[in-house]
Amino acid sequence: MADEPRTESALPLERIPFMQRLLDNPFMLLFIGVVVPTVVYILWGVMEITQIPLAK
Amino acid sequence: MTDAAIPANVLGTLAAKFRTCPATGLKVDLAAERLIKANAVAAVVFLMIGGIFGLLVALTRWPAVHLLSSDMFYLVLTAHGLDVLLLWIIFFEIAILYFASAIILSSRIAAPRWGWVAFALMIIGGVMTNIAVLQGDSSVMFTSYPPLKAQPHFYLGLILFAVGALIGCFIFLGTLVIAKEERTYEGSIPLVTFGALTACIIAVFTIASGAIILIPTFLWSVGYISHIDTLTYKLVWWGMGHSSQQINVSAHVAIWYLIGAVTVGAKPLSEKVSRGAFLLYIFFLQLASAHHLLVEPGLSSEWKIVNTSYMMYLAVLGSMVHGMTVPGSIEAAQRKNGYTHGVFEWLRKAPWGNPAFAGMFLSLVMFGFLGGISGVILGTEQLNIMMHNTIYVPGHFHATVVTGTTLAFMAVTYLVVPLIFQRQIIWPKLARLQPYLFGLGAAGISVFMMGAGTLGVARRHWDITFPASDVMLPHGYPPMASLMMGLNGLSAILAATGGALYIAITVGSILFGKKVDASNAAASLGPMPKKIVRDAVTKYGDAGTWHLPGTYVLVALFFTTFVLYYFVNWKYLSELWPMQ
Repeated sequence: MADEPRTESALPLERIPFMQRLLDNPFMLLFIGVVVPTVVYILWGVMEITQIPLAK
Repeated sequence: MTDAAIPANVLGTLAAKFRTCPATGLKVDLAAERLIKANAVAAVVFLMIGGIFGLLVALTRWPAVHLLSSDMFYLVLTAHGLDVLLLWIIFFEIAILYFASAIILSSRIAAPRWGWVAFALMIIGGVMTNIAVLQGDSSVMFTSYPPLKAQPHFYLGLILFAVGALIGCFIFLGTLVIAKEERTYEGSIPLVTFGALTACIIAVFTIASGAIILIPTFLWSVGYISHIDTLTYKLVWWGMGHSSQQINVSAHVAIWYLIGAVTVGAKPLSEKVSRGAFLLYIFFLQLASAHHLLVEPGLSSEWKIVNTSYMMYLAVLGSMVHGMTVPGSIEAAQRKNGYTHGVFEWLRKAPWGNPAFAGMFLSLVMFGFLGGISGVILGTEQLNIMMHNTIYVPGHFHATVVTGTTLAFMAVTYLVVPLIFQRQIIWPKLARLQPYLFGLGAAGISVFMMGAGTLGVARRHWDITFPASDVMLPHGYPPMASLMMGLNGLSAILAATGGALYIAITVGSILFGKKVDASNAAASLGPMPKKIVRDAVTKYGDAGTWHLPGTYVLVALFFTTFVLYYFVNWKYLSELWPMQ
């Protein structure tokens, strides 16, 4: 394998930066945009409400 | 028919039909165009209905007029909130989603028949909820907090409307997938489409929150559930109620970029920075919902402060980035157009006679100075206590939703009518006046309500005079509060005049406007210094300059106002509870 000439298709592709890949992926953005408020706002809030002691 | 004969835009047996826009050269999917028209017309109808209700609310809250009885006041207030905060805005936003995907990307729209199902659900839901309110047994206001109980069809209508809007969001996402598969654009989606994507993502969270809380509330109203916990309702409902206004913010910022691009050829100063600002919205903007719960004793300070003072500020950072890059991109384009003298020639010679540009710039300035700054005040736990549940809160959201979103949507209508309805704007001189009339009135509403709220005037209250004959503990606000509410009423009349003019011009143009064709397409978009409108909207790319002295002066003015107002409110707070 040592001295085989490299074809154009075998050249490494330019790596796309992580942020670019994130911004170009609408479904990953949708996932983040739903999960963050669901966890930080709704689930955390509901957990706090469930811990309020009931009046006797 | 052989495979080779099947055009690329055929899905199954359905072929998309396109026309070419004479002004922009974009391919316009006729199915998308029909859906945009239907949603935009429905939006304007609900704006008209909700606007009339709004004027009645303002005339009742004007102590010297006090128009409606208390029963009618709460009925009308409920209908006003429903029609303008939800129906007008979301119908228009669905039209924007279809425009920003199918039209800007020159793609066929995904599943147009589902688009009509979505539209029908939204119409049925909107009408059903309006009927419930007008019947008089559902005056629970927009928030509909339990234990206030509306008729079941009030909640059912909202649920149907939400399901329709959710289908619209998925049609938008599907259209993005089709456009990418069929390579109707190169590289990343344009910035305007990315802004619409941000709005769509926030809409999915918003609608999901609405479904989570409105479905059990509907079951409670028909008797299948015995109890709805009021605090849980408030928490989840505001995930819908406030986030629905964050859809607006993302959508109207996308429109600012769109109008800047079309009217003066503005390119973003930095695509990366603007996309980063939208990303901050996706992460953090919905969390501002928590500011409605800042005085709830059942939720911890940690939850309140993380959701508002920490994470909301990151979303505010996003807005401040847009607040600089939108005028900055306009300045860069205007300087390229030849307006290079001094610091502000680019602004003085901007196309102020074009209602699209004038409405957009007024929306930008007033959203930032009035809505943005007051939003940070309300999101600060300590300061919020002074204004919570006062009329300052409607003052704030009229600054964001009316001077910000509604004015931006009105502005883009002056482009949508010639581009999509293919009709010229009738009464161009009145159209030039309209954004100023509406903007001035809406700004007055916001400022005077916030002024009255600072003096302690309660929101949602039929009568602020509290006569001794009616209440056990008579209370009087300072005379200045009555003056503020009177000025609010006058401003509402001005805004209603501007709103009526918008509806007359829009409907009149669609029905009687001269047909747009290749010979008059560019002129139909109004006076502009630059006539090439396609590339700035549809292509990825930066303005390529940071020489923006005028924008830096405007930004410095904004920060000075922000800091001064912030500290003035801390001063008020120190006087409210003086330390001995």
